[in-house]
Amino acid sequence: MDINDLRGLSTAFLLFAFIGLCFWAYNSKRKKAFDEAANLPFADEELNQRTMQEESRNG
Amino acid sequence: MSELNSALEHPTYNYKVVRQFAVMTVVWGIVGMLVGVLIAAQLAWPALNFDLPWVHFGRLRPLHTNAVIFAFGGSALFATSYYVVQRTCQVRLISDKLAAITFWGWQLVIVSAAITLPLGLTTSKEYAELEWPIDLLITVIWVLYAIVFFGTIAKRKADHIYVANWFFGSFIIAVAVLHIINSLEMPIALNMFKSYSIYAGTVDAMVQWWYGHNAVGFFLTAGFLGMMYYFVPKQAERPIYSYRLSIVHFWALVAVYIWAGPHHLHYTALPDWAQSLGMVMSLILLAPSWGGMINGMMTLSGAWHKLRTDPILRFLVVSLSFYGMSTFEGPMMSIKTVNSLSHYTDWTIGHVHSGALGWVAMISIGSMYHLIPILFGRERMYSISLINAHFWMSTIGTVLYIASMWVNGILQGLMWRAYNQDGTLTYSFVETVAASYPGYVVRVIGGAIFFSGMLLMAYNVYMTSRKDIEPQAAPAVAGAA
Repeated sequence: MDINDLRGLSTAFLLFAFIGLCFWAYNSKRKKAFDEAANLPFADEELNQRTMQEESRNG
Repeated sequence: MSELNSALEHPTYNYKVVRQFAVMTVVWGIVGMLVGVLIAAQLAWPALNFDLPWVHFGRLRPLHTNAVIFAFGGSALFATSYYVVQRTCQVRLISDKLAAITFWGWQLVIVSAAITLPLGLTTSKEYAELEWPIDLLITVIWVLYAIVFFGTIAKRKADHIYVANWFFGSFIIAVAVLHIINSLEMPIALNMFKSYSIYAGTVDAMVQWWYGHNAVGFFLTAGFLGMMYYFVPKQAERPIYSYRLSIVHFWALVAVYIWAGPHHLHYTALPDWAQSLGMVMSLILLAPSWGGMINGMMTLSGAWHKLRTDPILRFLVVSLSFYGMSTFEGPMMSIKTVNSLSHYTDWTIGHVHSGALGWVAMISIGSMYHLIPILFGRERMYSISLINAHFWMSTIGTVLYIASMWVNGILQGLMWRAYNQDGTLTYSFVETVAASYPGYVVRVIGGAIFFSGMLLMAYNVYMTSRKDIEPQAAPAVAGAA
């Protein structure tokens, strides 16, 4: 086995890693968790409002 | 003590450092783009060099690139990453002191650059011109930045790490690695602002463009995609189109970008196989790049009507169109046969600015218009119609800039390769320079229009920051223009 075998194997490894990643991401088991994650930008209005009030008091 | 308890029971975010960086984004944007307009004018009318070494094109060009990338873009990235990481982790930055040090430290880096580059102190490595003492300062500040950012993620209240933070995180790590490896250099003396790179010859060129292209890939792409993944959903008031797509395209993007550098060295002493590898990897990059663009665009599906009334959303969406356009153009230009025409011509500069003005600047400007009223505790920006005017100036300025450089680039490429029947060159070099003149003038006009838009923004931000002035009533149909 020489360095070129290692190069070939690393290409194969990356290909399988990518395919694996697609299956992982598109598995319906994870849909709920991803939906929650996607809504994170809308989940913290209370903290934002409190900070804005504090800012306008201090500023 | 009671104050401490109330801070523990009712935590707030650190908006101060975000506000500082946001304001400096506007300031450095104006400075960097003004230098850009000046050097564009020098190319059209060389007398504007004034025969002074300090304002010579060769010294001001790195000042322009450093100012717009690291001062304007950098401040925008610090501001938005500190803001987004707090809001999506639902927790205050891990340390207000460290965050303040990164702000003042980064401003010190920028001021040092603005002093040393006109003096001619440079490593001559493109986008890494700053000399070794400043390189060391950048390293320290960047490590502190990483501590603040990842420390905040570590103590997050939300379960998930929102996708925008993945992009910001990869940008912070990759830029640290790139900066340290490319800047390995030996000072000639400890009291002198002069060093030599530890690399030489072709290896130096390859390390430099591994750095250079990944500065594009991680500083100017991954970081700004982080911005996109928060501010587009927020401004459109709907979650990102596909969270799954964001995961797949994130990993594909960070895995592939790192290999694309050799396309800057086509037909050089770099071994052929490395050139071809760089070209193939650049072509593959189209897929993850468009994954991000499609994800951002499709977030608006069912809400396209908002574009008619919301110029901030228009900034964000048009920036995505320019992103899609330049990430198509880039892979195409990396094809060796296309590159043999485009390389060393103004086409390259046009391509860069389609990304820099169209994508990076416009997504930053859109994000700032969303962010700045919040940071000053206001409902909205002082004037929505000024945002609309700014949007059209940015778009028209960018189109004039890139169209004139396409024309110039193809013209130069064709003139340089034209042969007579006896094998001699048809045109001397200076003839191609003379033929480029009209394009250079159009570029100055386009750049000046884009720059003037930034002045409108500065006025609008100033009026928004004043507590004694109420925002203007929103026009009934802002999109009438």
